[in-house]
Amino acid sequence: MSDTQVLEPTPATPAKPKRVSFAHRLWTGEISYNFVGHSRWFYMISAVLILVSIVSLLVRGLDLGIEFRGGSNFTVSVANVTSTTLDDFRTAVIDSGVPNLDVTVATIGSGRVSIETRALDVDEQITVREAIAEKAGTTAEKVDYQQIGASWGKQVTRQAAIALVVFLILVAFLMGIYFRDWKMALSALVALLHDMIITVGIYALVGFTVTPATLTGLLTILGYSLYDTVVVFDKVRENTANLDEYKSTYAEAANHSVNQVLVRSINTTVIGVLPVAAILFAGAFILGSGPLEDIGLALFVGMIIGAYSSIFIATPLLTHLRMGEPGMQQQAMRVAKRREKLAKAEAAVKAAPAEPVFTIETTSTSSGESFTRQQPVKTARSKRVKSS
Amino acid sequence: MAAVSSRRRRPAVTLISFLVVVVILIAIMAFSHTWTPKLGLDLRGGTTITLTAINSTGSGAVDQASLEQARTIIEQRVNSLGVGESSVTTTGNNQIQVSAPNVQGDDLVAMVGQTAQLEFRRVYQMTQATTYPPTQAIELPQVPDSTPVLSVVSTADPLDALPPSGGTITFSFTVTNAGSGSADSLSLTSSDFTGTGTLSDITCPQTSIAAGAQVVCTATYTVTDADVTTGSVTATVTATGVGSDGTTTATSQASLVTVPTASDQASRLTQLTTELGWTPSDQDNTNFSDFQCNDSMPQVWDQPFFACTRADVSTSSGSYKYLLGPRLIEGNLVTTASAGIPQNQLSWVVTLSFNSMGGALFASATDTLSTATSPTNQFAIVLDGKVISAPVVNERIPDGSAQISGSFTQETATNLANVLKYGSLPLSFEMSNVDTVSATLGGDQLTAGLIAGAIGLLLVVIYSIIYYRGLTVLVFTSLVMAGLVTYSLIVLLGASMNFALSLPGLAGAIVAIGVTADSFVIFFERVRDEAREGRSIRTAVETGWQKARRTIVVADAVSLLSAVILFILSIGTIKGFAFTLGLTTLVDLIMIFFFTKPLMSLLVKTTFFGTGRRGSGFEAEHLGIAATRRPRPRGLATAKEA
Repeated sequence: MSDTQVLEPTPATPAKPKRVSFAHRLWTGEISYNFVGHSRWFYMISAVLILVSIVSLLVRGLDLGIEFRGGSNFTVSVANVTSTTLDDFRTAVIDSGVPNLDVTVATIGSGRVSIETRALDVDEQITVREAIAEKAGTTAEKVDYQQIGASWGKQVTRQAAIALVVFLILVAFLMGIYFRDWKMALSALVALLHDMIITVGIYALVGFTVTPATLTGLLTILGYSLYDTVVVFDKVRENTANLDEYKSTYAEAANHSVNQVLVRSINTTVIGVLPVAAILFAGAFILGSGPLEDIGLALFVGMIIGAYSSIFIATPLLTHLRMGEPGMQQQAMRVAKRREKLAKAEAAVKAAPAEPVFTIETTSTSSGESFTRQQPVKTARSKRVKSS
Repeated sequence: MAAVSSRRRRPAVTLISFLVVVVILIAIMAFSHTWTPKLGLDLRGGTTITLTAINSTGSGAVDQASLEQARTIIEQRVNSLGVGESSVTTTGNNQIQVSAPNVQGDDLVAMVGQTAQLEFRRVYQMTQATTYPPTQAIELPQVPDSTPVLSVVSTADPLDALPPSGGTITFSFTVTNAGSGSADSLSLTSSDFTGTGTLSDITCPQTSIAAGAQVVCTATYTVTDADVTTGSVTATVTATGVGSDGTTTATSQASLVTVPTASDQASRLTQLTTELGWTPSDQDNTNFSDFQCNDSMPQVWDQPFFACTRADVSTSSGSYKYLLGPRLIEGNLVTTASAGIPQNQLSWVVTLSFNSMGGALFASATDTLSTATSPTNQFAIVLDGKVISAPVVNERIPDGSAQISGSFTQETATNLANVLKYGSLPLSFEMSNVDTVSATLGGDQLTAGLIAGAIGLLLVVIYSIIYYRGLTVLVFTSLVMAGLVTYSLIVLLGASMNFALSLPGLAGAIVAIGVTADSFVIFFERVRDEAREGRSIRTAVETGWQKARRTIVVADAVSLLSAVILFILSIGTIKGFAFTLGLTTLVDLIMIFFFTKPLMSLLVKTTFFGTGRRGSGFEAEHLGIAATRRPRPRGLATAKEA
């Protein structure tokens, strides 16, 4: 980005009382973070994240749950788990006489034991279940049991892939109609893919188990990620609808929009994440495993990345796409020229009585002009300078 | 100002209408005495089995009629377990889901997984409440008038044993014209010949058959080494003739001859003779009179069997209790069966044909049964331990092709044909997913879900107190209202559409707390933006709403879209997540339009909110307005915060 697209914080205004809120100062542009100007950094961070995601996906792969591998899974409550509990259960299951069980034993939460074996037929399953019940000192019907056939995982994966494709096509269509701007739709979709890839990458890197519930969580993230992007783009569109020919570039207006909705984005994300965190908590600490934990984790990771991408990726990307247009570049040049002129004029009147160059104004007539709201003051001043 | 005041009168009306709808929802719950939602099996314990159909060709789409047929058969099996509240449904386009609450899964899994047993057994005794004559008879196919009807009976010499390599088999095909007109230009062609060598041309002594006459055509075949390895040679022929009127009234029929290895068919015929000679002992008779229709009895092929008419059949032809002999013919020997109304007849019949082994057994069995006295002249067609039909045999049926007629409706005829055709399930199934949740774990999952919901709600409320202060009243009442509406909808959907709330469903509802609160955030922040512009809070609510509305609708639309796609395409209990997520997103839209927004409009009429008093969430310093108190240039509304 050229220097002209950097929106600097306006000089501090001594008259401002200190208790004006952070949100308000962001909104007026008094505090302004240069999201668009520093996009190179964010692109780089995301590129590294995506690279790491893809590499860990290729090298480590995903830890697929039993639903994808096929097999039988038994869980049972155990009064007190000791260091020998797992071995005891393993021995008990192997001693049940069912051949080639391929047993994996693990504890879930504080008081449950999970035993995984190959897919069993009905008779084998009854035998193993009895053995587990006997070991746990309970009856067979207290042993929870799940069996997954070999093709189940393929079906789940196929359906999820279809859902993903259908969703992306419909969303591209919906965004295209809503924004009436393919560049916005494209940026939103790129941000969406960004979120997907990084979330999956985190699963591969950390080694979280992937279950059908995880896939559902992933697909739900898509909706959430778009939700954030829609909010930001709505503001961008509003602020750039009547882009003043000389006062600000598209990049500046877009960056200002991001700053204006920053608090809103943080609020929606925090409020969205809070119930998800509650689900994750209940799933991980009360139940120890299962769909609550899986959905909660996928949503938790994905929503945070979704909020990040709508601010740091989607808007800069949109700006780059729009700034590539000849009309926009010409407009940016006009703005630059005008500023040059203003700077010269300002230098010429350095001797004039010192007054603050910028005053924060909040009296513009409609929010549609919210960004240019400061301009009347500036314009008036420059005119006065010229005439003198 | 008149316009403004009329706009302000509306929120109260909207709010009251909304509350009336909520009261109606609650009244419906009270009226139907259902206060709790129907819980899924993962929340109260039970067994869920998902079966995936595999097409006989191994790939491609699964025939929906076959899937429904299979579902019906499985449902009958599950119901025979006497499990209350069980359900058998088709999901997707190739799955059947069986769910039964509080069931020891093993019985269910075994019952659902077995392939159906279709058998033909001889009837030795039948009793019933009222005396019914047997209403169905088994006989040769009926022939309509004035057209030739050809049938082919095939045999071979030798029939029972394959000659050594180089030996000769002579196939004889007896073509019978059972029609009323003669058939000319007779030709027999061989199709699907299984021998590795070449079958000679089929020669017939004459090319025309008069009505009621027969012609025997022959062909010869020399056995090869490969045939000896295979063990059998099968010939299938099609006879074609032209009616005497010169028009092409051709009738053809395929027939099958297998020359198996010596052991196969011969031993089966010997065994059949033994089975036909079986008579019930006194003990069997005593047991039979004690037998009740609901009693279960092992269905062993060489043992007698007691069975009753299947419930859906008995409504049309009465309920019987049968004492049946050992199995005579197994169901998988039936090759085809179909239901239809033959030409020039009025009533429905079921036609069936056996393969060569079945045909030979059937010929031998009907030979014996046709000369016996009632009820031992009856065949019982038994499926999964229930008698579907018990036709009387009046004559020997030599060629494995028969017709069952009498007192059929379209439904019962089609049903019987399906039973005969499929013998077992019409599709093969893989047991894709068996999930047994004990009542204890179900209870734990329910508790965990509810705790998660409570924590989630609490966190959102705390956050909104910190950030939105007095507006929390609005957030909280809206969330409670949304919860109330969602809860009553889930309860009512449970009662009316059998929607069961599962653990993922509960998760969807909790996630939705965030979705709903997000709409408020967008709304509130917009109102604050407007207030920062210098508008009075009352005006800011209206103009802010105009702008926030669009964003909220499109954001919810995206959420709804993903929920709908997930619901349509996902499998298993995950559907529940998509359903509640979609439902609550809809509720959110309704809430913000018909509750939150009108309530906000009413709240800002109060001095506390309307003038941005401390703690209202609209206080000037919180918004940052205090610094820039300036008269608005266009002065439409007076700045209240001044």
